[in-house]
Amino acid sequence: MIVFDHVSKVYSPTSIALEDVTFSVEPKEFVSIVGQSGAGKSTLLKMLLAEDAPSEGRVLFEDIDIHALSKTELPTIRRRIGTIFQDFKLLPSKTAFENVAFAMEAAGASDESIDTDVPQVLELVGLIDKAHHFPHELSGGEKQRTSIARAIVNRPDVIIADEPTGNLDPINTWEIIELLKKINSFGTTVIMATHNKDIINALERRVITIEHGKMIRDAKQGRYIL
Amino acid sequence: MGTYFKRIVKVGIINFWRNRWVTLATILVMTLMLFVTGSLVFASVLLNSSIDRIESKVDITVYFNTDADDEDIAALQKKLTDFPQVKNIEYVSREQALEDFKSRHANNTLITQSLEELGDNPLGASLNIQAQNSEQYESIAKFLNASSYASVIDKINYFQNKLVIERLSNILTSTRAIGWGIALVLAAIVMLVTFNTIRMAIFTSREEIGIMRLVGATNGYIRGPFIVVGILYGIVASIITMVLFYPLTLWLGPKAEGFFGGPNLFNYFIGNFLEIFVLLLGLGVLLGAFSSFIAIRRHLNV
Repeated sequence: MIVFDHVSKVYSPTSIALEDVTFSVEPKEFVSIVGQSGAGKSTLLKMLLAEDAPSEGRVLFEDIDIHALSKTELPTIRRRIGTIFQDFKLLPSKTAFENVAFAMEAAGASDESIDTDVPQVLELVGLIDKAHHFPHELSGGEKQRTSIARAIVNRPDVIIADEPTGNLDPINTWEIIELLKKINSFGTTVIMATHNKDIINALERRVITIEHGKMIRDAKQGRYIL
Repeated sequence: MGTYFKRIVKVGIINFWRNRWVTLATILVMTLMLFVTGSLVFASVLLNSSIDRIESKVDITVYFNTDADDEDIAALQKKLTDFPQVKNIEYVSREQALEDFKSRHANNTLITQSLEELGDNPLGASLNIQAQNSEQYESIAKFLNASSYASVIDKINYFQNKLVIERLSNILTSTRAIGWGIALVLAAIVMLVTFNTIRMAIFTSREEIGIMRLVGATNGYIRGPFIVVGILYGIVASIITMVLFYPLTLWLGPKAEGFFGGPNLFNYFIGNFLEIFVLLLGLGVLLGAFSSFIAIRRHLNV
């Protein structure tokens, strides 16, 4: 479903973010990408969203080379990939409801489906009673749950989570991980970058380890080893 | 398509209201711009009417010999009327000239006595010629001198007043040019300021724009609301400007009229209310939309 084919990213000869990374992700998998800060995890995820282009190699999403797409085709692919960030990236001038609704509006959903689907996902992430709060009125955990709701509302094939628990306390961290597991159990592929050892060890799912831009390990039921 | 458009307008209106401070600051700058533009319009009305009035005071007079044939004069007058440069011709007959002379010097006994002594009318008929433009007097005078009527012409006062007319003509021409130059520079400055203000307003939204792209919004869908907001800036600012001009022209109108002798600005404002409003509205809306369009392009190309 997702293929990284000999992907390298070289900013300059002394700054190599990724070097010859090759792996593939099957539908419904839950893959964790681990590594120290600066190992290249975020670069990897950015390439999947075409925020950053590889210097060499290809990134395929269902056999489509993402970086060969035009600016007008790109939004269509992005709508099939839900994203969750460490810093939430919510639109500050929109309420939780509107943030989630925005992803649907951008995808051209009808007003009726927005009115039914948005409350549903907010219910799923447990935020229905804070639907009309602005991001600055929400706690870190609530913000992240809003951004998860936004990520899943268009029923994407893949969820990309870049350090989703990086800014959260332990209790909120586990709630977010439980949510991601739940979403994965509905059949959505999850790719998560993290350096939280406890999460990785408790998940017991596939772990790809990256060090200095190189993929050094790909374990089916991996643990956090560095 | 309808939903798409409706959403863009709705989001634009919501953003316009929610970013109150940015909105307020931008509208203030834009109001200032439209105010300067409107003031330029008023200033040009005053300046032009002043220049026109001064210009109309300049004319040349052709004096004919006392024995000149009335038919010749009439023929010349007809010929001059067909000239595109000539705006107006006034014929003063010999009798009329004498009457004018007499009434002008009615209380000067020496002159009236000498006239009676003379018995005959010593004054010739004359033609007062006004040109469309003060620069054209020279060519008219030259034509008269070279024409077949030169023999019946006693004198053309252009050649006495040549220097004064030329100087005045130069001053008027350069006043117009300077007026236009100042107006253009001012207009360019205020437009740049407005453009930059809108750019700054959009700059504060650059992160949001990035997020929208990541969520899969098309460039058009991201850009739309910003353009709607730009248009709203223009609409509100032009309305505020019109409201400001009402008391201002009411107060300034009589004063300016007294000073320039020109039209009352308030009457001009009321008389051309719709035209001025459409001008300011169009300028505001175009500049708002255009600035938004250009400013946001930067952030979409990342």
